[in-house]
Amino acid sequence: MDNTFLIDSRDLPFCKGCGHSSVAQMTEKALAKLGYHPLDVIMVTDIGCHGIIDKSLRTHTVHGLHGRSVAIAGGIAHGLGKKSGKKVIVFLGDGGATIGLQHILIAAHHNFPMTVVVHNNMLYGMTGGQPSEYTPDGFNTPTAPNRSSAGSLDIVQLAEAAGAGYVSRVAGIGDFSAEMAEAIAYEGFSLVEVMEICPSYGVKSNPGMKLRQLMDETGYLATKKVKTPIHADHPAYEGYNQSLISDKLLVEQLFTHRMTKPTVRILLAGSAGEGTQSAAEFLARVAMCNGLQASKKGHYPVTVGVGFSAAEVILSTGTIYYSGGTKPDFMLITSADGLDYARPHLAQAESSATVLIDESLPLPETKAKLIQLPLRAAAGVRNAAMMSIFRWADVSQLLDSQSFIDEYQRGKLAAKVPVETFSAK
Amino acid sequence: MTETITKPALIDGSRLITEACVQAGASVFVGYPITPANLLYSYANRRYQVMMAAPDEITTLQWMSGYAALGKIPVTATSFPGYALMVESINMAQMMELPMVIILVQRLGPATGTATAGANGDLNVIHGTISGGFQLPTFCISNFDDCWRLSAKAVHTAARLRTPVVLLTSKEMVMTQMSYDLSRLEDIEKVEIKGFEGENYLPYQANGSHVPAFLPVNQKLHQVRLTASTHNKAGILQNTTPEALDNTRRLKTKVDTGTEVVFDYDKQEGADALVIAFDITAQAAREAIVRMREKGTKAALLVLKTLFPIPEKYVQLASGYGKVVVAEENLDGQYRRLLFGPYHDHRIKGVNVMGRMVKPEEIMEAVESNG
Repeated sequence: MDNTFLIDSRDLPFCKGCGHSSVAQMTEKALAKLGYHPLDVIMVTDIGCHGIIDKSLRTHTVHGLHGRSVAIAGGIAHGLGKKSGKKVIVFLGDGGATIGLQHILIAAHHNFPMTVVVHNNMLYGMTGGQPSEYTPDGFNTPTAPNRSSAGSLDIVQLAEAAGAGYVSRVAGIGDFSAEMAEAIAYEGFSLVEVMEICPSYGVKSNPGMKLRQLMDETGYLATKKVKTPIHADHPAYEGYNQSLISDKLLVEQLFTHRMTKPTVRILLAGSAGEGTQSAAEFLARVAMCNGLQASKKGHYPVTVGVGFSAAEVILSTGTIYYSGGTKPDFMLITSADGLDYARPHLAQAESSATVLIDESLPLPETKAKLIQLPLRAAAGVRNAAMMSIFRWADVSQLLDSQSFIDEYQRGKLAAKVPVETFSAK
Repeated sequence: MTETITKPALIDGSRLITEACVQAGASVFVGYPITPANLLYSYANRRYQVMMAAPDEITTLQWMSGYAALGKIPVTATSFPGYALMVESINMAQMMELPMVIILVQRLGPATGTATAGANGDLNVIHGTISGGFQLPTFCISNFDDCWRLSAKAVHTAARLRTPVVLLTSKEMVMTQMSYDLSRLEDIEKVEIKGFEGENYLPYQANGSHVPAFLPVNQKLHQVRLTASTHNKAGILQNTTPEALDNTRRLKTKVDTGTEVVFDYDKQEGADALVIAFDITAQAAREAIVRMREKGTKAALLVLKTLFPIPEKYVQLASGYGKVVVAEENLDGQYRRLLFGPYHDHRIKGVNVMGRMVKPEEIMEAVESNG
């Protein structure tokens, strides 16, 4: 196999006079100087005129979506790490760098080991010469012939601000292979912006304009900023080979339940931050200690720390299929939010249902039996839901009372809130 | 209906899905925060060899594609708002023939909808993900057994067919905790993507199963070309040459012929009614069937697990019944219409609810009512 980067550097698919040819030739020269084998190079191209270079390359090639080349290259570069001996190079245009600006900033921020080459010809060449965010003031394009813009973005400054270790801007004329080689050799994220004028649209819309003159007038000056590279990769995560399934999850059946019907449903209705979900999980686990099957389904708004927090717990002597709520046999209402949430259930409840409700709350209209208890005051609001479980244990007598104590002692909460807190007063 | 449980644990489906994906051979998770897929993200943090926290959904799919180009099988978990943003990149991965699993945890839409309410609202979105009518193999989880088996199957299918695979689920399936017998978990085969061996590699030269041999971009034996544009066998962009169009057609053949059809069919002698369900609604259907049979109502149950490409088998099975009840947690029966057409058919009944789970009683009523 021929060891050149391009299949034929004299036969490139671009318009006559296009700077893209020059970028390809300078990249080839740089890679040759650095001694890369073509198949140690992964060339990722974007959508746009520069992307048609793909077929002229002897390297591995990846040709994806408009603006997303830096992102797919980021996945490859992260997977390879810094010591792979491979080189990931991204070619994209100023259009792609507009669409995918965030990907460039993120790749720079994460210091993915790759070199991004922005072909900035100051317009979208493939679609008819529309301006990009990198089109400078005073540069006309076919769709913006008398352009007055808010000024252009500076990708070199932006990448540097995001943490890029190596950034430079070069004029895409003459021999800039040394600058390309320096960027490619940099260990970490590097970005080179190559300034060009599109021969098809840029020249026509800006007769007589010269590239160096434009760069001087617009402040797009050649520049280079280099930080000391960080050689090490992020340390690998070592804990991943621990299975999520182990005997630690097993619940031991040491007790016997006293349920006389196949299914009992309990609705816990409280407020976020008052332990409703963990109390419901605790109840399900205790039921399993008593030889039952259990399910626990949470219900809450999108906010994390405010509003209602409800859970439906099903205890069953057989297999539970449907884990959704139907009429609860018990409702444990620990806060005003919980009372509001439970109102439809209270309205539909039959006289066989039992409601444990905090004594501070107004008594709702319901056929169910109401029991008022100091759920919030007895052990603080953060423990209101757990308090309601222990009181439910007393009232229902369906599960062994010792099983609640034993299971509680096994949990993390026991160290902070002693189990005696929940004993009946 | 009581089964003896030898290894009882109180767990959620997300734990099973994560562990099964990893054991099946997935080693990379790319995630970004979205409700109700958060548990999958949390478990991924502990269990995948590589965990990347992406800044957005487009980056997620692109980073996954980068890893897939290195021969890894990446996984992500999302919900509709994220999936919508991923669509163009999923098309890219499908065209490049990169293996990956996208776990789509459905929630109530449209738009941001209700993040904490479940739904089965994304069937048409998945069906129409790929421009041109191509399908992504899509497996839908109907209980904890499926969290294990279908997750492994999703990873295996992605690797075998070199394609993105959708593992479909919904809020209650991945977040509700249930007692589960860990002794039900079978061993999972770990898949490894085999590289091409031989000379004259063409990245899109397919073998007998319509799947091209893979090589990662970090080897130096053969040139690899990956492209999202219409391309020939060499991976070089073409306009609409016959070779390139044949290659594009192959993407359909590959998935249509290579996706395993998975379903549970619970027949009952003499039953003239068939209940069809999937996802969390399958659990309501299972309970409805048990209760109906207890009281003497005859009914069969078909739980759909392979949703796309739509298996013809489902329509064939349904044709043997005088009444077919399709239960779904969406407005007007998305999958029912995909299966049986959009027009009224007196034989086909929909049970549809929005913003809550379908109840077993609602399925029973549809089976037992006249008309």
